Amino acid sequence: MKRLLAIELQKIWKNKASRVLTLSYFILLTFIALIASIKIQIGNFTLHFAEMGIFNFPFIWHFNSYIAAALKFFLAIVIVSMMANEYSYGTLKQNLIDGMSKKEFILSKFLTVAAFAAVSTVFLFVMSLILGFSFSSYTELGIAFSGLEYLLAYFFKLVGFFSFCLFLGILVKRSAFAIGFLLVWAIFEGIVKGILSFRIFPDSDISEKIMQFFPLESMSNLIVEPFSRLSIIKTIGSQIGVNNLKDYGVHWYGILIVAAWTVIFMLMSYKLLKKRDL
Amino acid sequence: METILSITNLHKRFGRLEAVKNVSLKIQLGNVYGILGPNGSGKSTTLGIVLNVVNKTSGEYSWFGGTMQTHEALKKVGAIIERPNFYPYMTARENLQLVCKIKGINYSKVQEKLELVGLLERENSKFRTFSLGMKQRLAIASALLNDPEILILDEPTNGLDPQGIHQIRDIIKLIASRGTTILLASHLLDEVEKVCSHVMVLRKGEVLYSGSVDAMSANEGFFELYSDDSAALKSALSEHPAIEKITEENGKVIVYLKISLEAAALNKYLFEKNIVLNHLVKRKLSLEEQFLELTKTAAN
Repeated sequence: MKRLLAIELQKIWKNKASRVLTLSYFILLTFIALIASIKIQIGNFTLHFAEMGIFNFPFIWHFNSYIAAALKFFLAIVIVSMMANEYSYGTLKQNLIDGMSKKEFILSKFLTVAAFAAVSTVFLFVMSLILGFSFSSYTELGIAFSGLEYLLAYFFKLVGFFSFCLFLGILVKRSAFAIGFLLVWAIFEGIVKGILSFRIFPDSDISEKIMQFFPLESMSNLIVEPFSRLSIIKTIGSQIGVNNLKDYGVHWYGILIVAAWTVIFMLMSYKLLKKRDL
Repeated sequence: METILSITNLHKRFGRLEAVKNVSLKIQLGNVYGILGPNGSGKSTTLGIVLNVVNKTSGEYSWFGGTMQTHEALKKVGAIIERPNFYPYMTARENLQLVCKIKGINYSKVQEKLELVGLLERENSKFRTFSLGMKQRLAIASALLNDPEILILDEPTNGLDPQGIHQIRDIIKLIASRGTTILLASHLLDEVEKVCSHVMVLRKGEVLYSGSVDAMSANEGFFELYSDDSAALKSALSEHPAIEKITEENGKVIVYLKISLEAAALNKYLFEKNIVLNHLVKRKLSLEEQFLELTKTAAN
């Protein structure tokens, strides 16, 4: 396993473009901390984020996970090209001839993806801990360490998404088109959601119950948007007359669905690899 | 003698095209094998199947007597297929180090093999800066990294200039002399003739001939003769018991033998019949001529 990971990391690290994107991703992750200094002026109104309770425990886990997850698109490019390039360079064939089995090949890609997700999660944990202890109004350990389920959700969200990217890389065999396919799929899910919510099942949550099984939607459901949870937003909302009773938690069944999609994507990737004549 | 690779009744179909039809072959330790065939005869497909990159339609193959899985066996094999495939953004050294990681060996051999193929001074250049000849040589270095028991070369001199071909041939001969078993797929017949002990001829996926190179050229050879009086020459020849066939080509008389006959003996015979020769050459059919002959008759 270490050997497989070492092989993949060499392939990525020596590639300038991948290296730059990966480093940028991790650097940007740490820049989330800069949100602390944002101040927005709206007339007489000042929004100073750090004082709004964004970085309070345990809300910070939710908030940071959500923002950090948005950066996954940077790594998506790295992951899709790490797969598609093996086809364009012909090195997939060469790796197999040199003695890597198809199973080992897929495993090495998956391990790399899991490693990226794990390191991201650790980054997020450390950074949030620091920010939390710096800005949070509540710092009792009991409160600080509750809400860690968002980190788990974050990890699964990344692994699921990256597995989808790997699968697309193998399916389409060309980086640009694979990413294009990803976008098209995202639009497709949006269209289906729209049709279900507004046409077929309006005024009910049946459309949600169906959509939660779609891959991208299930990943997005793991961490619900945190903005409407902020007290200041809630106050504005209630003044306008909007009362939101959203469920912000992380649910075990949500994680299960994403885990299932991960398994499906990896298995399909393996099958594709086995079936094809190179 | 130990069998390194055995292929039995291998078939491969791509849609409606039967690329490999009922191919069987046993590779034994220490020999040098050639797979000959025109383009499209199924050589690369056959190699692709045993190298785990093409799926067979039916038939069997096994490495080292079936004692290990194919991908484990491949770690003990060195192979080059049609085009050298490496990571263009990595240097020669880095590419070879990656191969070492895959095969599970340490980096100590990288230097030695780079030197063997004459690429040591370019070891830190990126692969994309290499010429075709250098790419091919790097591929050979990569195949040799683990001092394999068998080296499989699919058209190793593809696209090389004569000097490149000469270099590759020398490397192959050197490796063969060290006792490594070699499997060489080529359509450059004189290369195969010079290096191989056994040969398999393929055409459109079928085996036309499989056996030793000597046995393939085992006909007795023929003579090229010229005399001022060709009519007398021909009639004298027709009385000789060793002669099978007499034809004329470009003014010269070509005599095919059915049993062995020395040049001196024929010369003496003709002289005793008062025929004086201007030109006497004894030849055997080259592998290339044999091959063309074989593939021509197969087409009929």
